[in-house]
Amino acid sequence: MKSTREINSLHDQYKASLRKEKRWVHFFQLLIFITFFTLWEAFSRMEWIDPLIFSSPYKVWSLFLEKVMDGTLLSHLSITVFETLLGFLIGTLLGTGLAAILWWSSLLSKILDPYLVILNAMPKVALGPILIVALGPNMTSIVAMGAIISIIITTIVVYTSFREVDPNYLKVLQTFGASRLQMFKEAILPASFPTIISTLKVNVGLSWVGVIVGEFLVSEKGLGYMIIYGFQVFNFNLVLLSLLIIAVFATIMYQLVELLERKLIKNN
Amino acid sequence: MGFLTINNIHHTFFTEKTSTTALENISLDIEEGEFISFLGPSGCGKTTLLSIIAGLFYPTSGNILLENKPIHGDTGFSIGYMLQQDYLFPWKTIEENIMLGLKLLQKDDAVSRTQALKLLGDVGLSGVEKQFPRQLSGGMRQRAALARTLAVDPKILLLDEPFSALDYQTKLKLEDLVSDTLKAFGKTAVLVTHDIGESIAMSDRVYLFTAKPGRIHKTFTIPAELRSLSPFEARNHPLYPELFQTIWKELESLEIHPGN
Repeated sequence: MKSTREINSLHDQYKASLRKEKRWVHFFQLLIFITFFTLWEAFSRMEWIDPLIFSSPYKVWSLFLEKVMDGTLLSHLSITVFETLLGFLIGTLLGTGLAAILWWSSLLSKILDPYLVILNAMPKVALGPILIVALGPNMTSIVAMGAIISIIITTIVVYTSFREVDPNYLKVLQTFGASRLQMFKEAILPASFPTIISTLKVNVGLSWVGVIVGEFLVSEKGLGYMIIYGFQVFNFNLVLLSLLIIAVFATIMYQLVELLERKLIKNN
Repeated sequence: MGFLTINNIHHTFFTEKTSTTALENISLDIEEGEFISFLGPSGCGKTTLLSIIAGLFYPTSGNILLENKPIHGDTGFSIGYMLQQDYLFPWKTIEENIMLGLKLLQKDDAVSRTQALKLLGDVGLSGVEKQFPRQLSGGMRQRAALARTLAVDPKILLLDEPFSALDYQTKLKLEDLVSDTLKAFGKTAVLVTHDIGESIAMSDRVYLFTAKPGRIHKTFTIPAELRSLSPFEARNHPLYPELFQTIWKELESLEIHPGN
């Protein structure tokens, strides 16, 4: 039998070992980051890689400062982020809404089943030209691209999770005389929150794809435009700058979704 | 006329390939405040009958009257239904779970809230209102489920093997708690079980079901000596093993001559 003090000191040791491990993880993460950029810069300067194609961190950074100073970066960035957020929200909400309608009417879901399969199999970016012709070469088509790319997969995944909710929860609600709307609100939707959150995570990535492709096609403003423009004038500093910025902002959006996850799912 | 009258219930399940008759010719009367058990092997349709009483679906034919009014299509009263597992909603606190029925029936005012929280105390669960179900043990969760069921003040309680997922000691304790609580509130209850001992210890009357199709084979009235005791004490009464043997033999004879 150990005394309380001994147990406390063992617990402290355990906590210290956890902290130590965490420090090592952070250390190596930082090491990889620094090594990558150092090697990139060094190889580019020594011309082991073609500096014209692969640029270098220093050149990208200088371009970044230049573009921040003249304000063009902010305007391109804000447009793309706005379009992505909008596409992401519309795609997720419409997808979830469609899933709710399918849950509501099992007949409708049976009727629409083959069409959902076809629409899901279809590569959505191929619809880009049609969208631009139909909606005009403007922000609307780009947002539509960002949304359309995630709608069907959201519908399918969320609808499956709606159907997999344990029917006994519905039985409990039914004995209390719950209506179908109440069942949806009290059991179906909250039970599916974990699935909805994980589709949100997938949709973050998908919306960026849709919006960037949309900007390639419309070629007017935004980070996608910066990439395609940099490619056309062979300014790969610009291409890489856009890519790095996209990586940073896609990560931020992903982190926001994780924050939402912690807020929404309190019980685990 | 009884409090709950079950009139000539037949029920058949249809699938594309088969039609299975689950219940045949079920008629019985239950008086107010009685505790009834449906005992039988699995597949004898006892849970189906309970679901029909709960109004979850319509029987193929026959009807059920509660206080002389048909229960199907009447949403004016609530039924208490306890399942094998607690089915507390994991994303709701215990308090929100207890209040669920009242909320759905739009009766979640301050008075009923106080009453519901008092119920939580009655089942020995004060102080866990703000906790989530996963923080509670299996027995505590099933007690919370009992409080949730009683919170809407149901006219009749339907218990679908509510003790079967618990360990033996917890099960015995919970049997006593449910029995005491139901007696204290004067509730009518129907228990579905395949546990002979449980049906003897808890009920006033036991209906023995045969399987395929489900029919009432025999009715056992539990002697008054056992009825007045708590389930745990009843299990230790000299009459208990005698009755257990009788029902045991009856069940065995059913296995040898099925459908009799």
